[in-house]
Amino acid sequence: MTVRRIAELLDARVHTGEDDLDLDVSAACGADLMSDVMAFVKEKVVLLTGLVNPQAIRTADLLDIRVVVFVRGKTPSRDMVDAARESGMILLSTNYSMFIACGRLYEAGLRAGGTREIR
Amino acid sequence: MVLTFSVPGGDFNQAGRASGEVKKVLARLGVDPGLIKRAAVAMYEAEINMVIHAGGGTATADISPERAVLVLEDSGPGIPDLDLAMQEGYSTAPEWIRELGFGAGMGLPNMKRNSDELSIETAPGRGTRVTIVLALSGGPAAAAAALPAAAAPEGKAP
Repeated sequence: MTVRRIAELLDARVHTGEDDLDLDVSAACGADLMSDVMAFVKEKVVLLTGLVNPQAIRTADLLDIRVVVFVRGKTPSRDMVDAARESGMILLSTNYSMFIACGRLYEAGLRAGGTREIR
Repeated sequence: MVLTFSVPGGDFNQAGRASGEVKKVLARLGVDPGLIKRAAVAMYEAEINMVIHAGGGTATADISPERAVLVLEDSGPGIPDLDLAMQEGYSTAPEWIRELGFGAGMGLPNMKRNSDELSIETAPGRGTRVTIVLALSGGPAAAAAALPAAAAPEGKAP
């Protein structure tokens, strides 16, 4: 699924990466706790999060996550947008809740591959 | 190559800068991206812990062609029960830390999962020294040799 399609499905605003929306992604992860993201994400995924602070960008960057979607109508600060742009990251924001945003992407075919199995 | 960073305790927004710098250096050196990610995550968790629990400290990255040795040292309160802290989901972080996206109780388990060798020396009231070793060539066995002789893997009080 392209990031452009994700943005359409989530009625999302694009903050950075306007020229990279044809990037193809195959999996997603939704989490507000960054240690959970680091514990379970193995591959390159789209990260959906309600955490809007510089650590969300830093965590994504360390994990080579190229696409971050802020849910629940949250908007990244100027510093976060600048840091994301510097890292070549695509930032989106949507008014949908985490549950609905994840549901819309799942319904459209995006899956949770790329995360570690929870036993 | 040895890189040294001062990790400030008061500014959570700055936490992780040292890990980000080490990641960039490893990338410039052409290290395998999977190894870079492991090193970055392990160091980032340790760095965040120093900021949350210990009021900051120092981080050192000693990088050779064979291995990366990452040492994070603080003068904080120490870890009272290391076995408990190694369990996934156990956390002593206050609520405000969870609101910042951390304190899930995954920090030490994440460090262990992403290290070839992990040593934690901690003593109540005296601080904590975390040593993370990743083999960059020669497999995990090459990492074991880098652990400090005085440090027992997974920590005992010095």
